[in-house]
Amino acid sequence: MNSPAVTSAGPVVQDTHHTSASRTKRFAVGIFEDEDVLLHAIDNMRAAGVRIYDVFSPYPVHGIDDALGIERSRLPIAAFFFGCCGLSFALWMQIYMLGFDWPMIIGGKPNIALPSFIPVSFELTVLFTAFGMMITFFTISGLYPKPTVNVLDARATDDKFVVAVELDESSSQLSKLTTLFRDNGASEVNHKEMTNF
Amino acid sequence: MQHISAVREPLVTGGKTYHDVTQDVCRQVEAAPNIRWMAAFSVALFFLGVFFYSVYRTVWFGIGEWGLNKTVGWAWDITNFVWWVGIGHAGTLISAVLLLFRQRWRSSINRAAEAMTIFAVICAGQFPILHMGRPWLGWWVLPLQNTFGSLWANFNSPLLWDVFAISTYFSVSLVFWYTGLIPDFATIRDRAKGKIAKFSYSMLSFNWRGSAKHWSRYETVSLILAGISTPLVLSVHTIVSMDFATSVVPGWHTTIFPPYFVAGAIFSGFAMVLTLMLITRVVFKLEDYITLEHIALMNKIMMVTGSIVGVAYITEFFIAWYSQVEYEQYCFLNRATGPYWWAYLSMMSCNVLSPQMVWFRRIRYSITMTFILSIIVNIGMWFERFVIIVSSLHRDYLPSSWAMFSPTIIDVGMYVGSIGLFFTLFLLFAKFFPVINMAEVKTILKYTVNNGPTYGGPNNGGQPITRTAAPAPYSTPGVPASAPVNYDKHE
Repeated sequence: MNSPAVTSAGPVVQDTHHTSASRTKRFAVGIFEDEDVLLHAIDNMRAAGVRIYDVFSPYPVHGIDDALGIERSRLPIAAFFFGCCGLSFALWMQIYMLGFDWPMIIGGKPNIALPSFIPVSFELTVLFTAFGMMITFFTISGLYPKPTVNVLDARATDDKFVVAVELDESSSQLSKLTTLFRDNGASEVNHKEMTNF
Repeated sequence: MQHISAVREPLVTGGKTYHDVTQDVCRQVEAAPNIRWMAAFSVALFFLGVFFYSVYRTVWFGIGEWGLNKTVGWAWDITNFVWWVGIGHAGTLISAVLLLFRQRWRSSINRAAEAMTIFAVICAGQFPILHMGRPWLGWWVLPLQNTFGSLWANFNSPLLWDVFAISTYFSVSLVFWYTGLIPDFATIRDRAKGKIAKFSYSMLSFNWRGSAKHWSRYETVSLILAGISTPLVLSVHTIVSMDFATSVVPGWHTTIFPPYFVAGAIFSGFAMVLTLMLITRVVFKLEDYITLEHIALMNKIMMVTGSIVGVAYITEFFIAWYSQVEYEQYCFLNRATGPYWWAYLSMMSCNVLSPQMVWFRRIRYSITMTFILSIIVNIGMWFERFVIIVSSLHRDYLPSSWAMFSPTIIDVGMYVGSIGLFFTLFLLFAKFFPVINMAEVKTILKYTVNNGPTYGGPNNGGQPITRTAAPAPYSTPGVPASAPVNYDKHE
């Protein structure tokens, strides 16, 4: 990102960075102790024109989506799509196999006995929904097994709320951001350089 | 902001901070296994050995090693199968149904309950596969082309529905469970000191860093998985019951079976969850997370489902009489007064009478009584399946082919061994995985930590946080700032 951190308010959280290439990035990292303090700080900093790179927290903080301007996920649409695929595949499979490819008379019932296809159709709908949605989730979020994971602050998965603001090459905005973080209740402010982040 | 409800019991006691939660849950993952764990694991391994020996006998010599005969072709194996699948249901009920109902007390028990589901389904799966007699041809149940040696699978058969139901249930539960584990693996990873631990938990944590965007998606995904798991769990035991209900055997051919089996499954599952939780909370010192309130709530669910099961037993009898079908009438009379009366009596007393004790508050909150009750219910539910299966089969339409079933030592070995398999898996889980969902417990901490009415979040131990003025509770933009925030209703 070439633009300095403090600009006019624009799109705040960008998702592209999770898969971005290996280069060094500099961050001002504010550590917060409490979720209410965190949410007020995000509001105030955004109002001051700070572009927040990301927030890392040990648990999902309620209201952070609104505070950061994260849009509602479209994963439910993907889930519905995969469910439809599962249902059509299951119906096609059963009708093709028992109705057309190798019709068998079973207990004198019709070859295409739809009521007895309901259980398998339902199960495959659920199976495709679950796996399709999870694979989509892992792919778009860049979540995959990795031998080493770079984290800004290891306490973000324990008890601290970590706000990252990306800095330019010379970190010129650091002192300004430190003050802003402190004024908004951050318990510490760190300067981090990350590669492959 | 911390909110103390005047009417509700705190979900987590002991004034825990976020860091305390991490410490308490990671303790047994990071420490060397203690002596009690080693002792329990040795016992479990011994019974796992019994299981392997019984499987070896069954596969090498055939299912003639079991006590089955021409009349009773299904006995302990299918009893065990239904018993284990039923036990699994409580895990999904806690993780999915209680999530949809916003029952936040589930947070501290859902991880272990889901693990129980997965291990119980693994145990259940052994029995139908081994009962095939030639388990190496087990893949014939898959819809594969005729050239692979079999015809297309028969989609009209409830046994095939079961294949799809159980395998879908297993894989979806596994995905649900693993997704919940990822943030906690990240916590362990970020604390890990050793090289192997760091590497293993890095791989397991799937690059999770707790990003706000990821959490947002994670919550969406959890909700949808819960939404699809709820009908799934109901469908699984419905389909298991159809293995029986779609046949024409008196005692099996009843339309009441699906809801009756589902209630029974939840009943036995909660009994097993209680058994495991009561042990886990003591062994890992998690009394502040799995509180007496949890035990009482689970007892109540056990009582409700136990009563539903009781109503189902009585309904079956009534319908047998009311139907005027003499085979059906004989079957039920034979269940209660025939040669297997003792199994019927065990089932009735364990499943219908014993859970009614939970009406008494003192028993509901008693750890000892709950533990005894949970064991009794587990035994009773095993007998229920035995009664349904064996007492319906052993006297069929032709009196000349009536027979009795008696188990062989291999039958017993398979059953006891499967319990060994279950506990081996559960103990490994309890040692290497976080037994409590740390991330989820942290979300409820702020509103339930009982550390006094002073201001302060879990990170401040009840002390006012060090700022000139405490911030007002955060409210969503767009909502008037003056609007009171009611954390009792906060989701």
